[in-house]
Amino acid sequence: MPAREHILHKIRTALGRNAGQPPAPAPPPRLVFAAASSAELVRQAIERFPGKAVRAGSDQEARDYVASQINGLRAIASPAPLLDRLGILTLPGVATAAGGPAEVQRACAESDIGITTAEYVLADTGALVTLSGARESRLVSLLPPAHIAVAPADRILTGLDELFTLLPDPAALSSSLVLIAGPSRTADVEGVLTLGVHGPKELHLVLV
Amino acid sequence: MSDAFHQRIHSALIDQQLQDALASFAGRLMRERRSSVGGEEFPEYQELRAQANLIKRHTMENLDHYLEILSRKVEEHGGQVAWCRDAGEAQAFIGQLARERGVRLAVKSKSMTSEEIGLNEALEHYGVEATETDLGEFIVQLAHEHPFHIVAPALHKNRRQVAALLSEKLGVAWEEEIPKQTAIARSVLRKKFLEAGMGITGANFLIAESGAVVIVENEGNARLATSVPRIHVAVAGIEKVIPRAADLAVFLKLLGRSATGQPLTSYTSFLAGPRRPGEMDGPDEFFLLLLDNGRSRILADRDKRQTLYCIRCGACLNVCPVYRKIGGYSYPGTYSGPIGAILTPQLSGITYEPELPFASSLCGACGEVCPVKIDIPKILVELRSEVRKAERRESRGAIGVQAAGWERIAFAVWAWLMRRPRLFELAGSAAQVLLPADRDGGWIRSLPGLLQAWTRWRDFPPPAAHSFRQLWRRQRRRSN
Amino acid sequence: MPARVSLFVTCLVDQFFPQIGLAMTRVLERLGYEVDFPEAQTCCGQPAFNSGFWGEARLVGRHFLKVFKGCDYIVCPSGSCTSMVRRHYAEIFRKDAESLEAANALAPKIFEFSEFLVQVAQREDVGARFEGVVTYHDSCHALRELGLREGPRRLLRSVRGLELREMDAAEECCGFGGTFSVKFDDVSAAMLAGKIDSIRRTGAQSVVSADASCLMQIRGGLLRAGLPIQTLHLAEVLACV
Repeated sequence: MPAREHILHKIRTALGRNAGQPPAPAPPPRLVFAAASSAELVRQAIERFPGKAVRAGSDQEARDYVASQINGLRAIASPAPLLDRLGILTLPGVATAAGGPAEVQRACAESDIGITTAEYVLADTGALVTLSGARESRLVSLLPPAHIAVAPADRILTGLDELFTLLPDPAALSSSLVLIAGPSRTADVEGVLTLGVHGPKELHLVLV
Repeated sequence: MSDAFHQRIHSALIDQQLQDALASFAGRLMRERRSSVGGEEFPEYQELRAQANLIKRHTMENLDHYLEILSRKVEEHGGQVAWCRDAGEAQAFIGQLARERGVRLAVKSKSMTSEEIGLNEALEHYGVEATETDLGEFIVQLAHEHPFHIVAPALHKNRRQVAALLSEKLGVAWEEEIPKQTAIARSVLRKKFLEAGMGITGANFLIAESGAVVIVENEGNARLATSVPRIHVAVAGIEKVIPRAADLAVFLKLLGRSATGQPLTSYTSFLAGPRRPGEMDGPDEFFLLLLDNGRSRILADRDKRQTLYCIRCGACLNVCPVYRKIGGYSYPGTYSGPIGAILTPQLSGITYEPELPFASSLCGACGEVCPVKIDIPKILVELRSEVRKAERRESRGAIGVQAAGWERIAFAVWAWLMRRPRLFELAGSAAQVLLPADRDGGWIRSLPGLLQAWTRWRDFPPPAAHSFRQLWRRQRRRSN
Repeated sequence: MPARVSLFVTCLVDQFFPQIGLAMTRVLERLGYEVDFPEAQTCCGQPAFNSGFWGEARLVGRHFLKVFKGCDYIVCPSGSCTSMVRRHYAEIFRKDAESLEAANALAPKIFEFSEFLVQVAQREDVGARFEGVVTYHDSCHALRELGLREGPRRLLRSVRGLELREMDAAEECCGFGGTFSVKFDDVSAAMLAGKIDSIRRTGAQSVVSADASCLMQIRGGLLRAGLPIQTLHLAEVLACV
């Protein structure tokens, strides 16, 4: 008997269930929205990571902030429409990720800053919700030692519960949804906290 | 077998450096946990635990159904599922896949399940170098050791030991500063990530209706292992399934806080299949390896099935007063702490280490902190009863448990005596004569036989000059 | 007519620490209860249950059920023994319908001593006086199986002259655990050392607990270490006037 059938058979025997038997009704999902959501809550949560959160009053302010962080370093950005609209893709020092995965990887590995967008931001934890796609990369927010995420201020959700209410099946949208709630960190040696182990040491969010 | 267990415990207790590391770790985690799950900060804690328990119970009771949905959805998203009955099949699947794809180097993110199946050693036979990338696992791998703790694999190492390992095994200059040690690891492992042909991870959760694996981490090594190499293999026990993405919210809220006191870890990845057409990056191929290895047998036991609810947060290890003294290496098998004490006998058999269920004072701290409400103490006591039944089946009544035959006789006598109050009283009077107080009701400093184990460390009380029932009778007589 | 309370003193108190039983009686009578002591009592069966000898636990459990049948209230100076009867009898008698019924009838009637005072007698001030600085050790079963954390503390805080000082890790196991204390004696002793350290650091003259087995472990260690800290059962403190 092939392994799959064998395992399923053992499970059914253990449970006293028959093949094709419908399951008992599942407990209803518990989705309880947190009380509040605001840019201020986001900022406080992100500062605790530690990270930097900036509320840009205009497109120009957003662009200026990103420029101030780049400041002569090499940046790589996802070809996201929002970044394009804000003029971030044409800032000096910014290369736009393009080509296949190998090219993207190479470009990221040589950059100091990665710039992406975030689909949503969760107010209670400050988590950035990032989805990979045709214009969003997994590696741009991961390989360079600093990450700047840009998100529209009207994409702030109260928390995970609201996120999963909006996206009951993230897998339908992308092969990768990543919640980013801090810089890369570890306390594996003597419990001493160190940032920037494998992923970025610095995390910025620009709300626009 | 049991002698070896006691030996390891003894070695751990006299290792001062280890005891210091454990004490400092315990202190840190208690503080973090207290501030994180305490009442005001996290009022919905108990409610979430109840919901998590409910979800796991429902899923385990209908596991076949959810595994079939999971498998179908993974395939819909372009992934492949390998069902493995045991460690051998799992090793063979990954080894052969690596060989077929010409993989010489694999990067691994932390997976206790891969430890359970001895994957790294097995892959060597297929010509694959499997490098651990989680900092703690990397350190432990350099030392040719196994993880000391589910969540903090190198908690037993101090910075000097890490400096020694890095300089000896990597040939780098001696470096005791922890941020610099981390930078060395980052640099060495970054090269591995970029070269590796395969990334092997575990999975904290498998979302059936999404066909997704969820990986929770702080370092970013799992994100790298699942996004850089061409192939991603996720190894997961069949019990990791939960029905829906919406259920994940409950578990994520519990997991971070139970494991390390964080509301959310730095990264939570929700991965469904390989890179999709048009996506900028991601692996070309995705394999989900579903492992049984004894789990389906645990399912059959109604009372102990809840062992499978475990989400491997490590909270029970952190609060266990026994773990905090004997450490991860004292335990037999892959898993340590309270969860190890109930899982190992059920995966490997009751006679694998018959004393393991007895290595607990049944204080209940573990059950109190378990985010999915596994009643660990209850299962420990049930396993003890099973050890006794196994002893009875063996011809000489002892399967390696210290003083086992002696205990059986003692309890038989005890039970006989306890049903005969007059004789119980007589025995008490005899004890008053045989075990007199050393000086004026002072406690006894030394006793022979089994009680030597008591008086080695503590004084033992003398029986009272008059038992309560004697005093009671005297009092009642006086008032009549 | 005063309510009638039956004492289940536990085998340990009966044979080793009878003063605890006397103290309980004094407090209960002071509160106006009529106290009796079913003399055929011996043990609840917990040691056998925890050691995996469930057959023997059942034999002794049945004797207990017989002895205490028909009592209105049973009061016990041990959280673990109370929990054995209230919670674990249902487990060991699962296949014995008659005993199970008796156990279920008894379960709502058995109380740990501090539990009885706070929840049934509804008293936190029992008119006690005790001069001194005291620290309280939570015994594991009382704390986690019966949920008793605040009750004993409220009782202690109502004692005139008593200063209650919390130790670090009051809720941590003292290391007794029944036969664990001899089967894994080295671990038990290491846990005890930690507890004694916590006690010492409070500067308290006495450590109080609501379970005699914890007190036996702790006192055994204090004496061996030559520390002049007194150990008292909660009942002994509350009996002082």
